[in-house]
Amino acid sequence: MHVYANPARFLKIARPLTAWLGWAGAALILLALAYGLFAAPAERLQGESVRILYIHVPAAWLGMAGWTGIAVASLMQLVWRHPLAAVAGRALAVPGAVFAAICLVTGSLWGRPTWGTYWEWDGRMTSMLVMFFLYLGYIALAAAEKEKGAEGRLTAIFGLVGAVNLPIIHYSVTWWNTLHQGQSLSIIRGRSTIDPSMLWPLLGAALGFSLLFGAVVLMRMRAELARNKVEARLKRLAAA
Amino acid sequence: MNPWPFIIGAYAVTALGTLGLTLWSWAAMRRAEADAAKLGERP
Repeated sequence: MHVYANPARFLKIARPLTAWLGWAGAALILLALAYGLFAAPAERLQGESVRILYIHVPAAWLGMAGWTGIAVASLMQLVWRHPLAAVAGRALAVPGAVFAAICLVTGSLWGRPTWGTYWEWDGRMTSMLVMFFLYLGYIALAAAEKEKGAEGRLTAIFGLVGAVNLPIIHYSVTWWNTLHQGQSLSIIRGRSTIDPSMLWPLLGAALGFSLLFGAVVLMRMRAELARNKVEARLKRLAAA
Repeated sequence: MNPWPFIIGAYAVTALGTLGLTLWSWAAMRRAEADAAKLGERP
């Protein structure tokens, strides 16, 4: 991992990778969602509403994956002072917040025809809403620290502390009596209770959105590195 | 209850959010890298 700590080396890999991830992700999303919308069957209990899950589940996964990435980047920044870690943490925050918001909105739109309500203050939904607010706090703190010229240690600590919410979201359906359904898919254990006709578009959409998420994070990292370069150059010119 | 307005709404929100985020990030990256390249050309 330390091999890629050098921004020049990182950019050499990130430049071609951005386009590959972006186009592959977009193609996979289109394919999986077209299948999910028009070819996959309706579910026995949820009916046609199940089609919302092909976007809701990937959005939930990326909302959580984004903060996992922030926590890892924060740890690397605080322990190893990895030069790219703070840049990566900041680049993950906005995409993570967007997907957490998409998860909340699509979940609400799924809940109305299925449960009869847009919102319920149960463990899963409330902890996901807390995660969205944590993202907003992280973005504001990172912007304030950057404006002051600080190296972002406070933001990194916030990123680590906020990770406490991740197991709460994950286990909320087990710990509390909740309206939200329990876990029906575990990639780690290779276990699923979903019929293959619905599982494959779901996995395809999750992979596609993940690739696109990766491309967006790389774009944001490249933008920040370029802005840092301009700032440093202007400072040198002003000092000369 | 007809679920299709909810399905269409959910897909529209996702398309807008994802496309908006991608285009915004791409434009910001292009602008920042162009600025850096321009400054690099200055003597």
